[in-house]
Amino acid sequence: MLLNASGCLDALTAPEVARQLDAFVTKTVTPLPRPGNAPTRIVETGAGMLNSIGLANPGRDRFLADSLPRLRELGLPLWVSVGGFSAGDYAETCERLDGVTIELNLSCPNVDEAPESAAEIVAACRRATELPLYAKLSPASWDIAEVARAVEAAGADGLSLVNTMRGLALDQATLQPVLGTATGGYSGPALRPIALAAVFACHRATALPIVGMGGVTSGRDVLELVGVGASDVALGTIFFADPDSPARIRAEIDTELDRLGFDSLDSVRGVAHVGGSVLSGR
Amino acid sequence: MVGLYTLLRVERGGLEAGVPGQFFMLSPPGRVLPRPMSLCLAPPGELGFLLDPIGPGTRALCALVPGDELHVFGPLGNGFDLRVERPLLVGGGIGIAPLPYLSEVLGAPPVVLGFRSDAHAEAAALLPQAEVVVDPILVTSCCLEGHDVLACGPEPMLHAVRELVPDAQLAWEAPMACGYGACYGCAVEIDGEWKRLCVEGPVLAA
Repeated sequence: MLLNASGCLDALTAPEVARQLDAFVTKTVTPLPRPGNAPTRIVETGAGMLNSIGLANPGRDRFLADSLPRLRELGLPLWVSVGGFSAGDYAETCERLDGVTIELNLSCPNVDEAPESAAEIVAACRRATELPLYAKLSPASWDIAEVARAVEAAGADGLSLVNTMRGLALDQATLQPVLGTATGGYSGPALRPIALAAVFACHRATALPIVGMGGVTSGRDVLELVGVGASDVALGTIFFADPDSPARIRAEIDTELDRLGFDSLDSVRGVAHVGGSVLSGR
Repeated sequence: MVGLYTLLRVERGGLEAGVPGQFFMLSPPGRVLPRPMSLCLAPPGELGFLLDPIGPGTRALCALVPGDELHVFGPLGNGFDLRVERPLLVGGGIGIAPLPYLSEVLGAPPVVLGFRSDAHAEAAALLPQAEVVVDPILVTSCCLEGHDVLACGPEPMLHAVRELVPDAQLAWEAPMACGYGACYGCAVEIDGEWKRLCVEGPVLAA
């Protein structure tokens, strides 16, 4: 299944792009409206890009009253990305949702974090809803497998791996930070090996289904994430350069499966772990 | 080359030229993100973009040679409202980019251009009727009254134009990743409202 990474596509502005996906993941919804961070918000770097959008969104009430009904008209399965600044924030939004999968954004590098741990937030949300709960984790933790085990124990139904990494870029002429907030979230091809390592570790550490994401640009990249254990794959930064990437990538998946002698993505899943037993799962 | 700028001409393929002030996303070879460029010229079968090689993306675009392939996506955004009676075009620096096409569509109206150096000002050759000033401060002190002003240029210039002509149409610019409303990177606060320049602009009524 191909999805979009949260915040990388607006299905209401570009429905024809969203319809190329198997499910649409919303931009993160927070309890109150957020205008987002001061410009500059975007800068390209050598092998990726930095963003400092800052969870711009209309807030929970307007999302539920206005955006969500319009998103449902697309006829696609919906995943709602939920954010907040305390476990209670997350849980209250979860309680008010129905008919969707929930992805808990536990790892935005551009806003202040909730004081509770990822597992405590998942536990609070688990009590608030029976909807499927995915925990989106940061690749920046030293031992992501431990976080994965903790959110699994707290009741998560799946993992979304990975969010962006915090990064910074300086202006060519002035040596001042380009982004208005100085640091931002680093995404794009540079994130790919980091995502592979995270999915690899979490696939070994938990039994949870994993949405793999991070710098996917081709069908080959999808096979690699599935090979280390992802059940589904999300596209992010590639949407900015290539809005038609889902269709292209699907075709490339078939070609790559043929080339490598696999009959389906299912037969690729976890294949990188076979014979890799001497490696640490971390 | 047009002064210090490069005029990149590409085959149009199946793309429409769109309305002056609209833009296209050009994917420089070897870069992660495409770059937004307003259309400068629209001769039959071609699209022309005026580029200022200021960074790795624009330099990669300027280094293209005939025969190279380029991914172009557009036209995007909202262009100028062409229902104007006494148009006057105002451009500053690389903000001249959308004006040649706009001038062609509007039948060569008067143009005022400002540049920071004589070398940059050579780009004024794209608009033979233009009055050129090589001192940015003077541009907005020209007589703009009684005209429908359509302007593109650096932010301070646009703010100054807006002071003088409150109903001017202004083409704004911001770094953007996608060009079609996906990334929220180009959102700017104008009079207390946040707007994505790619879908709600880049041309905004002042």
